[in-house]
Amino acid sequence: MAVKVLIPTPLQKLTKDQATVECNGGTIAELLESLEENCPGIKGRLCDEEGSLRRFVNFYVNSEDIRFLDGIDTPLNDGDEVSIIPAIAGG
Amino acid sequence: MTATQLKPKSTATFRALKCKECGEEYELKAMHVCEYCFGPLEVAYDHNALHRTVTRESIQAGPNSIWRYRPFLPVATDTPIDVGTGMTPLVQANRLARRLGLNKLYIKNDAVNMPTLSFKDRVVSVALTRARELGFSTVSCASTGNLANSTAAIAAHAGLDCCVFIPADLEAGKVMGTLIYSPTVMAVHGNYDQVNRLCSEVANTHGWGFVNINLRPYYSEGSKTLGYEVAEQLGWQLPDHIVAPLASGSLFTKIYKGFREFVDVGLVDDKSVRFSGAQADGCSPIAQAFRDNRDFIAPVKPNTIAKSIAIGNPADGVYAVDIARKTDGTIESVSDAEIIDGIKLLAETEGIFTETAGGTTIAVLKKLVEAGKVDPDETTVVYITGNGLKTQEAVQGYVGEPLTIEPKLDSFEHALERSRTLDRLEWQQVLV
Repeated sequence: MAVKVLIPTPLQKLTKDQATVECNGGTIAELLESLEENCPGIKGRLCDEEGSLRRFVNFYVNSEDIRFLDGIDTPLNDGDEVSIIPAIAGG
Repeated sequence: MTATQLKPKSTATFRALKCKECGEEYELKAMHVCEYCFGPLEVAYDHNALHRTVTRESIQAGPNSIWRYRPFLPVATDTPIDVGTGMTPLVQANRLARRLGLNKLYIKNDAVNMPTLSFKDRVVSVALTRARELGFSTVSCASTGNLANSTAAIAAHAGLDCCVFIPADLEAGKVMGTLIYSPTVMAVHGNYDQVNRLCSEVANTHGWGFVNINLRPYYSEGSKTLGYEVAEQLGWQLPDHIVAPLASGSLFTKIYKGFREFVDVGLVDDKSVRFSGAQADGCSPIAQAFRDNRDFIAPVKPNTIAKSIAIGNPADGVYAVDIARKTDGTIESVSDAEIIDGIKLLAETEGIFTETAGGTTIAVLKKLVEAGKVDPDETTVVYITGNGLKTQEAVQGYVGEPLTIEPKLDSFEHALERSRTLDRLEWQQVLV
């Protein structure tokens, strides 16, 4: 599945300053692998040593927080938009 | 206006931004997230410099505003934006205390903070002063209302351009209280968390200073003044127990940090202070994590009248849980009906009209007392952070009505007699 991924500023050094990246993957977990292939090092920023998403990273599929969907197994469809957003904001 | 970028002068006591998670340090720029672990950045100070320069006397000789604590705040200038923010009353709440069966209860009344009647004026005064130092000419925020009021007002005073983002369904008073200062207002179809997400995406695209996003490390430090003031107003000592509302959790963690800094610098004696937090049942992700003994927050979709604290995905939630646990405090939530009762109870006993967040805090205080979690003789401070005139919808239908009369003596006497009879009947009902 081809999806558009919005990259937050702290990670744009790994995407050659690109704010969006086209990626493939049937789920968020697969997308993370595809991201890592395109932008080596990025997975280590988003996931901890055990491979779980870091607690200060939020993933959204078409504006919905994946914690309200199926988490890292949330399925992706062609044309979906995935946003990666630092959790620390607001209040 | 365009300000030139200033390097911190020698009087500045802050030295770096430091990740709260991994300890990585960064320059004092407009950034809020660690590039390595995504953890939150916090301002680090030179504690030796603070030790050398700050005394009780130097603070007391300062202005009657948050800027009396300037060495503890992350700005370099000696001429910060001072609109009289802070030094709000610490009221000994004897009538409320008696009603609840307590002996030493205080209200920190930020319902009358200046200029926009909420604690947000503290954080915004700091954020906009820092924004000017960093060269921003436009400031912005994601807000549940109070922050938008404050950002728009203080930006107007400072001559900064302003664009604020709010959920489209806010109370009328909160929207009007922003529009009057003529900022650009984006009313977003969505809840606060959606507004916040949008702003996180916008933050670095237009070169704006978002007070609670890219300026958040500086902004959030302003809340420490709620800790400093209470310590100073109690005669340079810490209370035994504080109760404060929890939205993102930032305020709670910064009151804690403020107390600890005063201890570290030797301004007050060390003492354990219990920290208890208040949420609304309709948006209580932090209270739930506390109850479930979790160290992560499961986000929720808010559904409560307490809109000002309705953050379903709270940034500092884990830190708030940690502080409540390690200080032997607690985090509780209450229903919307209890929140309205809390607003009325504070108004009727202390003459303070607070908004829904304050009603939540009072209702949680009551709940903690009933559960035996407040020692009647301990010094308890309750933080009231916003003003009820902004959220009148919340109590519409729950307060009495005026007695409409003719401009004649017997019309008045008749109405008075009638109201006394009704009062008596009400009392009887309660007694039976």
